[in-house]
Amino acid sequence: MLITAHIDRENRTKPLALDRGANVSGLLRALGINPVTVIVARNGEVVMEDDELHDGDSLSIMSVVSGG
Amino acid sequence: MMQCCDARAVMKLPGGEKLCKTHFCAYFEAKVRKTIRQFDLLGEKERLGVAISGGKDSLTVLSLLKHISDENPGIAITALAINEGIHGYRDATLETARAFCARIGVPLHVFSYEEEFGMALDGILRRHDVRPCSVCGVFRRYLLNRKARELGFTKLATGHNLDDECQSILMNQFRNDIKASARLGPKTGLKERQGFVTRIKPLYLCTEKEVTTYAFLNGILDAFAECPNAAKSYRAEVRDMLNDLENTSPGTKYSIVNSFLQTLPLLKEKFKDEALGTCPECGEPSSRGVCRACVWMRKVQATKKAEM
Repeated sequence: MLITAHIDRENRTKPLALDRGANVSGLLRALGINPVTVIVARNGEVVMEDDELHDGDSLSIMSVVSGG
Repeated sequence: MMQCCDARAVMKLPGGEKLCKTHFCAYFEAKVRKTIRQFDLLGEKERLGVAISGGKDSLTVLSLLKHISDENPGIAITALAINEGIHGYRDATLETARAFCARIGVPLHVFSYEEEFGMALDGILRRHDVRPCSVCGVFRRYLLNRKARELGFTKLATGHNLDDECQSILMNQFRNDIKASARLGPKTGLKERQGFVTRIKPLYLCTEKEVTTYAFLNGILDAFAECPNAAKSYRAEVRDMLNDLENTSPGTKYSIVNSFLQTLPLLKEKFKDEALGTCPECGEPSSRGVCRACVWMRKVQATKKAEM
């Protein structure tokens, strides 16, 4: 399945092919992002690491790191 | 796995419990109020300053303190922001800060390095080979304390969270600077230190992830903005190390801060006799004669003179 992820800290949107049944945790692993450092939203709603993803999902990955 | 209710979960606590939006926000707000009570951060009457940057931590603490102020007429709130002069970063965050203060009805004072020290941070960094956060931190702490005192604040609240405190504890350990750790904690700069405005950290026991989630769920989170100098800091190295540990061992950050809180009274006792005088040049509190802010102001003035 194909999903898109917008990574706010890098200000880039990345298309990703993931296995059917993949979850948020798998997405972050594929992107090399530590889940402690981000929150992930789908359609404006926060999703958890074990939430399943669906084909065509568009996700926003927001950094929790203080900007200084 | 424990779950608060049938609604969709938005946060998993280190102990494994999952919370929905409603229960997470209630949990977060209750934790901040408990922190304020537990560490006696606020009295019945305060002229409270809140240091804000426009980021999610300081706007979250401002929002929560505004609620508390609305419930307690004896607590008056004013926001304070510093414009360091960081091109491409601070203008946008200050605009966010101004808009947020206007929205919730809190007066805001903004002070700049350019006006107060004669040079913006970008200018200083162009002329001096120094880690940006070291000089910026010195000037920011100096200015916040001086302006807080001049504005008559009884206390100054900041958006420091559990992650910030964890990083500071470890940085001081790694640098063998335990004396600096005696000045950490949820409430610092107590009145025995002449000239210091007491600082309070209501988000002391909230992780960065909790603060960000709360800010997002309550419409406080703005577009991500990171200081271009932050990645060059030692703090960023310690932060990344801590986040890796937290990922493999959830609760690590809480453990570090909780164990620190148990040793903090001993540290304060050990260093209680450390003389804290005043800087002979500016009159601000200083433990080392001429304060570091004045040392840097001399350098800035010398640079400007040489360029004339």
